[in-house]
Amino acid sequence: MPRPDPMMMAAIAATRFGLGARPGEIDTAAKDPRAFLRGQIRRSGADQPAGGPVSSAQRLNDFREYRQDKREAKVEKAADVRAATPGLTPPSPMTPADPAAAAQAKRRDLPDPVKDVGRMLRQDIGQDFAARMTLATTTEAGFRERWALFWANHFTVSATKAITGTVVGPFEEEAIRPNVFGRFEDLLGAAETHPAMLTYLDQIQSIGPDSQAAQFMKRGSPRGIGGAGGGGGFQRTAGLNENLAREIMELHTVGVDGGYTQADVTEFARAMTGLSIGGPNGGRGGDGAYGVAVFREPAHEPGVRTVMKVSYPQQGGKGQTNAILVDLAAKPATARFICTKIARHFVADDPPPALVARLEAAWTGSRGDLARVAEALVDAPQAWAPQPAKFKTPYDYLVSSFRAADVAGLPFERVAPILTSLGQKPFSAASPKGWAEDAPSWAAPDAIVKRMQFAQMFSAGAVRDRDPKQLATEALGERLSPDTAKAIARAESRPEGFALLLMSPEFQRR
Amino acid sequence: MNAPFNPSRRSVLATAAGFGLTLQLMAVPALAADASAAKKKMIVVICRGGMDGLSVAPPIGDSEYKGLRGDLALDATALPLDETFALHPQLSATHALAKAGEARIVPAVATPDRARSHFEAQDVLETGAAGVYSTSSGWLNRAVETLSAHRKVDAISIGPTAPLLLHGKVQTASWSPGKGVDAEARLPSLLQDLYRNDTLLGPALAKGLATETMAKDATAGLGGGQAAMMGGPTAKRGGGGQGGQPGRDAAKMLGQAVAGFMREPNGPTVAAISLDGFDSHAGQAGLLTQRLAYLDAVLDGVHTGLGSEWKNTVVVVATEFGRTARANGTGGTDHGTGSTALLLGGALKPGGIVGDWPTLKAQALYENRDVTPTLDMRGLFKGVLAEHMGLDRAALDNQIFPNSSGVKPVLGLV
Repeated sequence: MPRPDPMMMAAIAATRFGLGARPGEIDTAAKDPRAFLRGQIRRSGADQPAGGPVSSAQRLNDFREYRQDKREAKVEKAADVRAATPGLTPPSPMTPADPAAAAQAKRRDLPDPVKDVGRMLRQDIGQDFAARMTLATTTEAGFRERWALFWANHFTVSATKAITGTVVGPFEEEAIRPNVFGRFEDLLGAAETHPAMLTYLDQIQSIGPDSQAAQFMKRGSPRGIGGAGGGGGFQRTAGLNENLAREIMELHTVGVDGGYTQADVTEFARAMTGLSIGGPNGGRGGDGAYGVAVFREPAHEPGVRTVMKVSYPQQGGKGQTNAILVDLAAKPATARFICTKIARHFVADDPPPALVARLEAAWTGSRGDLARVAEALVDAPQAWAPQPAKFKTPYDYLVSSFRAADVAGLPFERVAPILTSLGQKPFSAASPKGWAEDAPSWAAPDAIVKRMQFAQMFSAGAVRDRDPKQLATEALGERLSPDTAKAIARAESRPEGFALLLMSPEFQRR
Repeated sequence: MNAPFNPSRRSVLATAAGFGLTLQLMAVPALAADASAAKKKMIVVICRGGMDGLSVAPPIGDSEYKGLRGDLALDATALPLDETFALHPQLSATHALAKAGEARIVPAVATPDRARSHFEAQDVLETGAAGVYSTSSGWLNRAVETLSAHRKVDAISIGPTAPLLLHGKVQTASWSPGKGVDAEARLPSLLQDLYRNDTLLGPALAKGLATETMAKDATAGLGGGQAAMMGGPTAKRGGGGQGGQPGRDAAKMLGQAVAGFMREPNGPTVAAISLDGFDSHAGQAGLLTQRLAYLDAVLDGVHTGLGSEWKNTVVVVATEFGRTARANGTGGTDHGTGSTALLLGGALKPGGIVGDWPTLKAQALYENRDVTPTLDMRGLFKGVLAEHMGLDRAALDNQIFPNSSGVKPVLGLV
């Protein structure tokens, strides 16, 4: 494979490995494009978005209280309606109906504190997303941030479940970012046992069918242990939920062809029973930890578990879960599945097998050291082919547009509808599989029309007084094609020229 | 209002066939000559997440049903169809169509995939392959490609992204509400020039602009609040708990938008609708109340929106797999196998259930946990494609559903 010249490599470093070039970035990378990328790999992990740490536990709590208040408000409102509607509730002889009804009617006109809290929770989510996007648009270490975003998507927690929306940001900060250049095993453990993941994939309610808790509930206890359920109300039946077990195997480790069976999924689910989060009835399950990951021994299914032909003896606490996770992390199928995904993410929808093999060798040789895998990606000649094969996702497209214009971005209220119209609603991947990687998923006709409308709108405000030819050179360097350069040069206005850059085939790819 | 049959196109085809220029055309002379074929419409609705067939069409007459489902059983509230089956209480519009002989259930159907993985099963459902990763295009795209050799056939999906079902060689349309675009404006024209050698962006932009032009008429009657239609079934989660009215209105509008495009002269005759959020591991009763209300409203919108074209239409509603026959420990159900598909349309022949009902008896369950499928999903799709859309068996067995000659089309549906 012919080695591209250093200026082309610098452009590739900033756009394919990174998040798109800000003015000056390609020149900086040109000194030594590989060293520019290697220097972004660091043990301590990815950067944290500004705004300070807010714990998942706090958010889960806020949300749970909000939902409880909402439920109570609804009951109260229903009572108000009954009281205020003649004929529904006969006036009590003890209290005159009229003054009470008037007072209740008045209360309905007042600002609704429950709605205010709901609004604040949504604002929190918006701030989390905006902070992450500002980090992406301003960072000098674009590769490091993309590496973090890859793992955040690999371990998707989505706002499609209302409660998990509040913890997508904290989950990335607590479980993902610190671990993206460490051992995969540690990242896996942090992600799967995090309260956000336990909530998103229904683990918090899963109870061993033969556990003490299940026996207790069968005898007719009015309240479930912990009561951390997302479904509302207590459950009279208690048992397994195999959602997390299946997705760990299928999506996070060995992949669907990784050699596991339905029996393995069920056994793994049994092993994980007890993993939950502290609930409002803290103390009932022997813990008072509100919204924090806990292990409830009474909910744990007793006995030996066999997963993928390995037997895991009975032991206290999370022992079985941890042992299974460690074994899954070490499987060759895991290395192959995830290295293929990395190559697909950074290089091509259908990645060169030689590239996948290099990444796999680095993974296996280092026992899943993700810094070594990142270095192997940078070192692989197959990753530097001049022809761009990847079509940018909407998030990456917007981020790179902001970087090209050298602005910090747009406020969340404006970014959110744009991303939604492009098919990538903030924090809301449709399933645990995360966002799609392939071009056909993002280049449907409507999405291209909507990209054009964004490019036009954004250019009109962002580049009034700057030369689009210069911005195009800064954004794409050697990757700028003669056709695009000519179209920009002929543009009838600066915004039109910049919109042409953002919509050019080479800017939309990497 | 309806797409007029284009005589020049017909004569070109007739001439070509007459000279024996195209073997493919010769193989299906009836197709090219049949004016009514051009009006046939097919809509595929994919419900993602593993839609619980036993909630869509609860077998309330099956003696095992209540015991297996416990609190999740819908025996008291479901809308009866026959002595065994009913429909979920939220499927009221669908039920009315069923009573009129324009909707049928397929209660034990599955793709050939048995991994109980959402993503593998959705791939198999949408690619039409016997196994995962055997092809990267969707069967509906290949069906459009094959039909396009004989007549003008376009396909559309609603939303900025197209489902895998429509990925492939034929550039299909996609549309979502927005500001609207003037295709003659400077930027679109400059971009079309810049994309002249780009096989991804060029056709996509051209199709997008043409669809925007068509949308001006197709969606004119929908009025305001169109942006809400993109919210999907999750948008109004918790909004009322009874499938909140705003969610239903937006859903109906989505169905009407699809219908609007299909009624346009030269509009698409094939459409795909993708709905998320049917994965009901926990809190299934509330979740499905809301999702099925949404689905029902989409179908209602399609039905009412198509008006006189409904008689030319078949709608298939399918999911990647069904769910466990037993309720799980968290008020829901886990991934299973057989599920229920729905067939709707004025072109349907009235009839009872499609396929056999294996019952829920312990020995009848698949791996002692799921509804045993009695029908291959591909056979259902093939039946509609063969008798309604006019595709021949060879194309169905080889191109559209590769290596599937062993899977017979379900005949007699239309």
